[in-house]
Amino acid sequence: MKVNLKIWRQAGPDAPGKLVDYTVENVDPSQSFLEMLDSLNEQLVKKGEVPVAFESDCREGICGNCGLVINGIAHGEKGGCTTCEIRMRQYKEGDTITVEPFRAKAFPLIKDLVVNRSAFDRIMSKGGYVAVNAGSAQDANSQLIHRDLAEEAMDAAACIGCGACVAACPNASASLFVGAKISQFTWLPQGQIERSTRAKKMVTQMDSEGFGDCSNHAECEAVCPKEISIANISRMRREFTKSLFARN
Amino acid sequence: MTLLKEPQISSVCKKLLTGITGLSLVLFLVAHLIGNLTLFAGPDVFNAYAQFLHHFMHGMFIRIAEIGLMGFFALHIWSALSVQRSKKRARPTGYEVNSYAGGPSKKTFHSMYMAVSGILILVFVIIHLINFKYADHEIVGTMTMENGIEVTNVYKLVVNTFQGNFGLVLLYMAAMGALCSHLMHGIWSAIQSLGLTRPATIPYLNLVGMAIAIALAVGFFLLPLLIFMMRGTFDPNAVPDYSSHARLLLAPWMLG
Ligand code: HEM
Ligand code: SF4
Ligand code: FES
Repeated sequence: MKVNLKIWRQAGPDAPGKLVDYTVENVDPSQSFLEMLDSLNEQLVKKGEVPVAFESDCREGICGNCGLVINGIAHGEKGGCTTCEIRMRQYKEGDTITVEPFRAKAFPLIKDLVVNRSAFDRIMSKGGYVAVNAGSAQDANSQLIHRDLAEEAMDAAACIGCGACVAACPNASASLFVGAKISQFTWLPQGQIERSTRAKKMVTQMDSEGFGDCSNHAECEAVCPKEISIANISRMRREFTKSLFARN
Repeated sequence: MTLLKEPQISSVCKKLLTGITGLSLVLFLVAHLIGNLTLFAGPDVFNAYAQFLHHFMHGMFIRIAEIGLMGFFALHIWSALSVQRSKKRARPTGYEVNSYAGGPSKKTFHSMYMAVSGILILVFVIIHLINFKYADHEIVGTMTMENGIEVTNVYKLVVNTFQGNFGLVLLYMAAMGALCSHLMHGIWSAIQSLGLTRPATIPYLNLVGMAIAIALAVGFFLLPLLIFMMRGTFDPNAVPDYSSHARLLLAPWMLG
């Protein structure tokens, strides 16, 4: 099948950018979206043009590296999956697909569809860790944790840090990411040591990175490849409010 | 101008402030609506209610309530608009294609135009205060209650204002549309802002919020509409029916 693409091309952080039209022929419906872009790049290279820059690593939905805004929706219209997990069978012959980079001041554009998401790493460095040695398998088995709490922690820990929540948010807020990263430790014994200050430190760093404030649109949850619930944002607010009264 | 700058408080605190003030204003609206509905019980009950509000705690209650409401309104507008301002700063270059992801998303027309519906509400509140609070209360005169007390005939003021003024009824309808839109997202959003949700409760709270929004808007709009349409029932010169059951229930409370 044949698809038409409108792809954001921008040579560098300060260069002007624009949507450029391309056509890719002979697309196999079982190809992934990124493989389709690979074949576009092969064409471009053969013609001596600069290939489209985009990021990917695992190509199986676990690393959080890929991330494109496809037809106005981060990680595409399918929902519950990363860009690399999209298959071309969801598109029809002759479809026009618009591909844009994640847009946020806190995610400065590097080239074409590649943005710098190290703001997330700086937020993580403020509290997205535990300072104790959490032990190995038998230690985990000897710590009794209520199943529901373990499940909730696991749901939050599924976040792969892709940044789609920021891209989808009308305010470019990072609340879902930060909410998930705070929540994964809230109920686990290993997370208690830093618990009283974690939310305050991570939220303060989030604000200073220039992300917007949250208006509870919940668009983040809808695009999150791991379907992280905005109830984690609710928990972030509770933890933050408590941490305002913490002593250290 | 410093007020127009973005405040140096945490994004989470801003949300707490927007949520607490927004929900308090909703509680006020509920009380206001219940009070307004006494209009259906006849001129004596409604006038007694107004008299009660103005004299409760020697008139202190209404003073405190007015100042409190003004303060909450101002705080709400300030914190809510500062949330809105953050979006332009946080995404200087927008998307060429904008869409709605659907599914669990609560991004709707209502949530996207909170600032617009909010400003419309503000304009309406000013018009509403001019219509009633700052209207000439002398013109409508007083009414003698069963126990001989003379009270301002606010009933007549309300009925006169809406009867024969279709334009004003339309304006109130538009304003209640804006209020409904604001609260379709606002009520549930405030609950989420205050950190009161769990994964399982979010869909229900969203529905409950929308139901309250619709009930409030319809409830408020019913009065101007019915007063306009049912001239026989709402007579500005109505003589109170001292045998009505509603009066028996409410009047002792209000007249002391
Ligand atoms: C009777 C009057 C009003 C009521 C009952 C009300 C209620 C609410 C509620 C419950 C919320 C949700 C708060 C949250 O998300 O935490 C909200 C949000 C908001 N309100 Fe109001 N409001 C009123 C008037 C106004 C006015 C006059 C303005 C502006 C001029 C305004 C602007 C906003 C904005 C912009 C938001 C969204 C904030 C955000 O993006 O998170 N509101 N309102
Ligand atoms: S919360 Fe979801 S969308 Fe946001 S970074 Fe984590 S996995 Fe990606
Ligand atoms: S490339 Fe790893 S998640 Fe898509």
